[in-house]
Formats: sequence, C-alpha cells, structure tokens
Amino acid sequence: MRTDVSVTINGEPWLLAVESNDVLLETLRSKVGVKSPKIGCERGDCGTCTVLLDGHTVRSCLVLSVEVDGHEVVTLEGLDDEGLTELQQFFVDMNSFQCGFCAPGIVLAAAELLEENSRPSREEVQEAIGGNLCRCTGYDPIIDAVLAAADAGGRATQ
Amino acid sequence: MTTLRPFEKESTREFDYVGQRTVRVDGLEKVSGAARYVDDLDFGPDLLHAEIVESPHANALIKAIDTSAAEAVPGVTKVVTGADFPFKFGLYMKDRYVFAQDRVRFVGEQVAAVIARDPKVAKRAAKLIDVSYEELLPIFDPIEALKPDAELIHPDLGSYTHVPWFYPHEDTNVAHWRKTRKGDIEQGFAEADVVLEDEYTVPRYAHCAIEPHVIVGLYDQSGRLTMWSASQSPYTQRHLFAEALAPLGLTHKDVRVITPYVGGGFGGKAGVSMEIMGAAIATAVKGHPVKIRFTREQEFYNTYQRQGLVAHIKMGVKNDGTITAIEHIMNWDAGAYVEYGANVVNAAGLSATGPYRVPNVWIDSKCIYTNLPPGGPYRGFGYSEFMFGLESHVDRVAEAIGMDPVEFRRKNAIREGDILAYGAEMNPSGLIEAIDRTAAAIEWGKKETSDDPNKAIGKGFAVFWKAPAMPPNASSASFLKFNEDGSMNITVSGMELGQGYLTAMAQIAGEVLSVPPSKIRVETPDTDRNPYEWQTVASHVTWSCGNAVHAAAVEAREKIFDVVHRVHGYEEESLYLEDESVRSSTDPDFKLPLRDFVIEGLEAPDGTFKGGPIVGSGTFMPEFTSTSSDPETSQGGHPNVHYTVGAAGVVLEVDRETGRMKVKKVALAVDVGKAINPSLIEGQITGGIVQGLATVLYEDMRFSEKGKLMNANFTDYKIPTAHDIPDETIPIIIEVGQPDGPFGARGVGEHTMIPAAPIIGNAIKDALGIRITSMPITAEKVALSVMKEQASEGDET
Repeated sequence: MRTDVSVTINGEPWLLAVESNDVLLETLRSKVGVKSPKIGCERGDCGTCTVLLDGHTVRSCLVLSVEVDGHEVVTLEGLDDEGLTELQQFFVDMNSFQCGFCAPGIVLAAAELLEENSRPSREEVQEAIGGNLCRCTGYDPIIDAVLAAADAGGRATQ
Repeated sequence: MTTLRPFEKESTREFDYVGQRTVRVDGLEKVSGAARYVDDLDFGPDLLHAEIVESPHANALIKAIDTSAAEAVPGVTKVVTGADFPFKFGLYMKDRYVFAQDRVRFVGEQVAAVIARDPKVAKRAAKLIDVSYEELLPIFDPIEALKPDAELIHPDLGSYTHVPWFYPHEDTNVAHWRKTRKGDIEQGFAEADVVLEDEYTVPRYAHCAIEPHVIVGLYDQSGRLTMWSASQSPYTQRHLFAEALAPLGLTHKDVRVITPYVGGGFGGKAGVSMEIMGAAIATAVKGHPVKIRFTREQEFYNTYQRQGLVAHIKMGVKNDGTITAIEHIMNWDAGAYVEYGANVVNAAGLSATGPYRVPNVWIDSKCIYTNLPPGGPYRGFGYSEFMFGLESHVDRVAEAIGMDPVEFRRKNAIREGDILAYGAEMNPSGLIEAIDRTAAAIEWGKKETSDDPNKAIGKGFAVFWKAPAMPPNASSASFLKFNEDGSMNITVSGMELGQGYLTAMAQIAGEVLSVPPSKIRVETPDTDRNPYEWQTVASHVTWSCGNAVHAAAVEAREKIFDVVHRVHGYEEESLYLEDESVRSSTDPDFKLPLRDFVIEGLEAPDGTFKGGPIVGSGTFMPEFTSTSSDPETSQGGHPNVHYTVGAAGVVLEVDRETGRMKVKKVALAVDVGKAINPSLIEGQITGGIVQGLATVLYEDMRFSEKGKLMNANFTDYKIPTAHDIPDETIPIIIEVGQPDGPFGARGVGEHTMIPAAPIIGNAIKDALGIRITSMPITAEKVALSVMKEQASEGDET
C-alpha cells in the first residue's frame, strides 16, 4: 500500500510516497538521493546504515519508511551544514578510517555519544560504536579520535 | 641528467613528505560522507537489477532448466542461463564458466539470472526457475579427494589452459602441485638430534569487507561495455571480461572498467568472481545498465573464501638449535574452482620454510578440488595458513631441545644473501631487529601472573614473512600532470582499498617535485583514462606503483629543468626543486615558482614561450623475476621479488575454567624498508592484528553435511567489534631499505595478519601447558582441552 510520509531529512522537509514495506535505508538512498548510509547486511548486524532519528542512532535497514512520518532524520551529510564538526576533523587528522565504508555509521554513533556524554571513558566509546562493524582499522584509531575530540572539548554535532 | 635508482639517490637526504604522518588524501571525503562507492552511483530510472539462481547441491549434473514460468512474470526483462554464455574464464587457470554449464560443483554456484527493473520482481521470478539436477556424491575433505578411487570433480582438468608455472595432475583432483626441494632431506633428518612431526589444520575463512560485491554493466548501443566495479583489479577485470566475451566480438578497446572507492577488499575483491556475471548479463540487455549487488549471504558463499589447510610438518634440529631439515606437506582444500586459488597454493609451496635458513627442504603444496565454494586470495595469501603450523612447531622443537623459542628463532633467522628454498638469494632484512624489539616490547622472559587465581597469563611469540605472489611480468604505470596553480593530478590504476595507497603515491610524487601532498589529487581507476596496473594485491603497490609514480615525477622534473635551462641558461645539473620552486646551486637568488610556468611555459627574451604543460609518465616492471624453474624442485627461477619480514608477540590472559581469553598486549614489528607514511603503516598493523586474532579466536566457517554454509551472516559468523580488541597494541616499524623500492619501501599490507594465529597458540601453551594444533582456538576448545588434560592427569594418579 502506498502512503505519503512527511519527514525532515538533513533539515529539509520531504514528502515521500512509500510502500508500506519500504525500509528507510532504501528510501533514503533511492528516493532522497542521500548516499552516506550504506547497505552492508540488511539485517541490523553491521551498522553501516546508521542514521540519527530524532537525534538517536537507528539502523535504517530495520526502520520502515512509514515509521518516520512526522520525525527528523539526520545522515552524515547533514551532521553540520557549515562543514565538518570538530569530531569529524579529529577523524580526518588522525587518519582514523581506512576504506571508509563504516565511517558514516561510526561518525554518527560517536556524535550521539559526545552529545550525551562530553567526557566518555574508553569503554564508553567502545560501547557506543560496539554495534558498528569495521574490518580495516582494529578500532583503536577511531576510539583515539573520539577521545581526543572529547579532550579538546569538541562540539559533537553543532 | 643521469637517473640513479631512486633509493640510492635519495636515501642520503632529509625528506619533506616521505616519512611524514601525512593526513590521508581521501580522509575528508570519507569522513564527510562525500566518498562514493559503486552502489552509490546513480544510473537513472532505466537501471535493471539481476537476481541470481543458485545451485542447492554441492555436486550435481544439470539435466534441464525451465525458465518459462519466470519469463512469464510481468516486469521480467530477460532470463539467462549457462546456455547463453558458454564461455570459460579464470585468472591463472581457466576452470570456470560464467554460469554453470552441465554441472554444478558447490552449493550457491550460479546457474541462471533473472533481470527486471524492480529487484523484488527479479527475486520473485527467480524462484520460479525450475532446474532439474542429478545429484552426485560430493567430496568436502581434501584428503578424501586425494584417494586414488575418489570421484573426479573436474574430469576435464587435463584440457584446461593455465599459466606455465602450474602443474595439474590429470585424472586426479590435484589441480596444481608445487614441489620445492633443496639439499638432501633424509640426510638432514639423519644429522638432527631431535626430529619432531605433527599435523596442523586450518579451516576456511571469509573476508567480510563491509561493502558487498557490486557490479553495474552497460553494453551500449554502439557496442561499448562499461563496467562499474567494486574491485581491487580494474585492469585484470577488463582483460578477463574482454577475453571471456571475445566470442561476442568484444575487444579490450571496447571494454572499460571504472572503480570508485572500494569498501574493503582483503583479497576478496581481487581478480574476477561474481563480476563476470555482470559483464555477461549486460550484453544480454543491450542499452540498459544492469546491476548485481550481492547480499551478505552471497558475499560469504559465492565470492572467494580463504582455503582450508591440512599441513604435516617434520622438522629436524641439532641440540645447539640449528635447523637441519624441514619437510612441509600442505594439502589445500581449494574448493570447486581454483582459477585464482591455485596461486595461493603455489606461493605457499615456495615459501613454507618460513624466514629461516634451512639447508634441507622438502615442500609439497597440493591444490585439491573439493565441492566447497571456490578458494581464493585472502590477506596473507597462504602464509597465514601455513605459518600457524610452522610457528607452533618451532616453539615445540625449541622446547624439545631445551632452548628459549625466541633465541631459537634468532639463531635460525634468515639473513640477507642466504639461499632460499628455491635457490634465489634473500633480500636485505631487519628480521633480527624485529625479533629483539618485539621481545623487549612484551618483556619476553618475564613471567606474569594474574590477580585472579582462575586466570593464567602466557606469552607467545612468532616470526613471519611474505613475498608478493605475482606473475613475473606484473607491472605498474602512472601519469602525472601539473595544473595552473602548481597543484597536480596523478592517475594510477592501483586501488585505494583503505590501506592509504593514494596518500603514499601523493607523498612519493610530492617528495620528488617539492609539492605538498595536500596539493595532489590521486585519482581512482578508469581503464579508459588511467594507465595500467596489474592488480592491487600481494602488498606490492606501494613498491611497484610507487616506483612508477616516482619515475613519472622524475620525468616531469627533467622536463622542468630542461625548459628552465633553455630559457634561463642554468645548467640542468645545478637545478633542484624546493618549496614548489626551481632553485639553482650556482645562483642562490634564483627562485622560480612552479605555478608560474608548468602550464603556461616560460617566456624567452624574444617574447616567445617555451615548454608548455608539464606532464610525466612512468612505468615499472620487475625485470629480474622469472618462474622458469624445474617442476620437480622449483630450482632455477626467481619467482618472488622480495620478502617483507617481522615478528609479533602477545601477552594473553586465559580463564582456566571457561577458556575465555583476553589479549592484554600485542606487539608487532615489521621491516617496511622505508615508511612512506608511518601513520598508515600503524593503521595496517593495528587493523591486521585484529583481523588475524579473529581467525584464531573465533571466526570459522561451518558447513552442513551437504556442503551448505551454515553461518553466512554476521550473527553467526562473528567478526570483531570495538569490544574485541587488544588492551594494548604496540606497532614497531623497522626500516632496512629495499634497494629497488621507492625511497627503499617495500609492502606491508598483508603481513600484519600472518603471525596472529601462532602467537595465540604459543601463548596458550605457555599459560596452560596445552598445545592446540587446529584453528580456531576458541574459548570452548581451550576449556575442553583443560578438562581433558585434568581428566588424564586424574587417570594417572
């Protein structure tokens, strides 16, 4: 069944016609043209499709498009409309990512953490990104950047 | 001016960019969400999707395929089967078809494809394809497959074309048998005071790049085939597509492969696997782009898998610690097709002595067909597999003669100029330094105890080596051009897989031309525009393509000096580059910024202009390699360009009751020749160790008795999360220059994974006194081994 969904995506209002079984990930990628949330496993295991739904991370492959009606979705593209957040700058400066395919999910997971907890412990960072798989880095360079951003009192999302 | 070898010329001075912890040139794109991977590219509303019909049987004859019901589904554009493409393909041995012809050889093998505009329609219709099979008895165990009465998985093996350095055994299941013989093995064992032999087993593993394989093909109305591919090997793909589809009239000129960023490879996206289907299908729907995106499940069972290994090792040593002989018999479960995987077997068969000086060697490395998914390249390329057994065995041999295992390795470590098992000489090597610094990092020899009485702490140590496994004529090329502002674009066809290759190339060119890497864009491959690269595999592109980029930069520099000489009169020998300007050693006041003339040329006194756009090209081929050797001994050739060596050590805490293990500290030292970018190398060390530790601690492929992979997802095949990393990782970079490498560099990508398994096995022995000879060494296996040990001790008392 086709339904109209009204949703704010990266700060802009969208009216989308979706099928009742369409998943948010596919709607974002094919109907909105937002490509940073990636298709990795389509069953919630890998976290590379992570987006912020009303400020909290969700796996967009497990969210039906009709569920976001009246809500706000932010992807990596919309994290900061003025450029990079300080957190992102630390990720760049510390060569945190390699292939980069997990980056859209991990950056959002780390941004959510710093929004809620400005001085996380190493374990809390591990917990925050524990649902995002990365096969390249061994995670240390990612964790180090999140902690460095927190140390610098870096803004997470603004 | 004379062109010296890069390393000889430039090792004597300080570098501006080489050796710096330069920020990745692709970092901003990847952290901002701008980076595009194949699946992110838009192809418009005309894009078609293909769903693959797969074999449910591990070994069966195809009797008939009825596609009529699927073809009748509204929205289905086309259905194709093996009959549409009776074409063979393969990298080193052509033993595969695009789609199965009259026989399937593993569960998941492609039999047909349904193409539709809506992927859901394609999926529904694919279920309606009716394939009639006659089941045959499958063989899953390579040792079973070796028996004289075993059914032949490839009865036509004798007719397959293959590279000249493969030796298939017709009318058997042995697709290739690499034999390496040196000295007199029996004499070697006779001279030994202790001879120890045992068997080690290693299961299959999955690469698990987070990006699945994706291929999009467009065979346009003019007969051009353009492929957008998530690949490590754009040129090799173009070659194999053109070769396989030549019967359709395609030539290399008609085929174009474009590879944007790749979301991880680890060998899984090397060569050609599922992509051949995309190329073939595109020709069946001329004028429409068509996409195949593998699901995570397909990713596990129908790309490449790391091959399984059953290894028998026999080693002889003298009481003073000298190794007198190594016999290493490797039986590889290579799977249903070995077009790429047979070269893994070959590589192991040349190097299974490990980095030791061994006077008497006998290696058999057999590539054995089984009815499991095709084996292929995986980071480590056979070395991760055989080094588990070898480095476990070395600890045991040292213990048998009462020698410290680190001292034993130090004593037998291979050195520059030593004669390798196949007769060539060993390259310069920092192995001894790697051993010493690793041992110091984990405080080798100092016993540690846990505060928890249920837990034991053990230390494990291993050395490693690996050479790139390449054809003797694998080559690289690079184009370089300046822009108006003195910035540069470089085109190459190596792939940025995450290792930082593009950044390293920018640093190499930047060093030669005094241009900061931040002003250099290095572009991902498009075979129409970028020059040749064999493949991004074998940890060879920093070395090989680095040489090509260096050569391109030197050519550009020569053109710069030439035009400055012609207009300003300075002798070319007096000119040098500094801070993006041309300087002269004879005139300290002369400083000419590159941006002033690299496009527009230099104005001569008469008002004319000289020079013009500065471009450079460079190529590299290792002209000293050869695979021509005696098939019975492997003596006579020079199959490997060089080895990268190193050592690793671990401090491991083990719970005696549950077997649960915690890596408290891991150190890995690797001799990279010259660190072009130490930050990127540390990234390879940190990431490679974690990937390797997972193969020994928990990853494992589980097949049903009918050959179906039972854990083809991340819930059941667990890969490491942020919780599963060592408490502390100590990367150690050693630099004993490679004379023919760019600034002395050699490769490092794969090596960091290789020692992970034996250091854990050796640490468990140190902690609990238990030797485990089969991977993975799971907590369950450790706990059961402890119980068994306790039970047998109880029996004795």
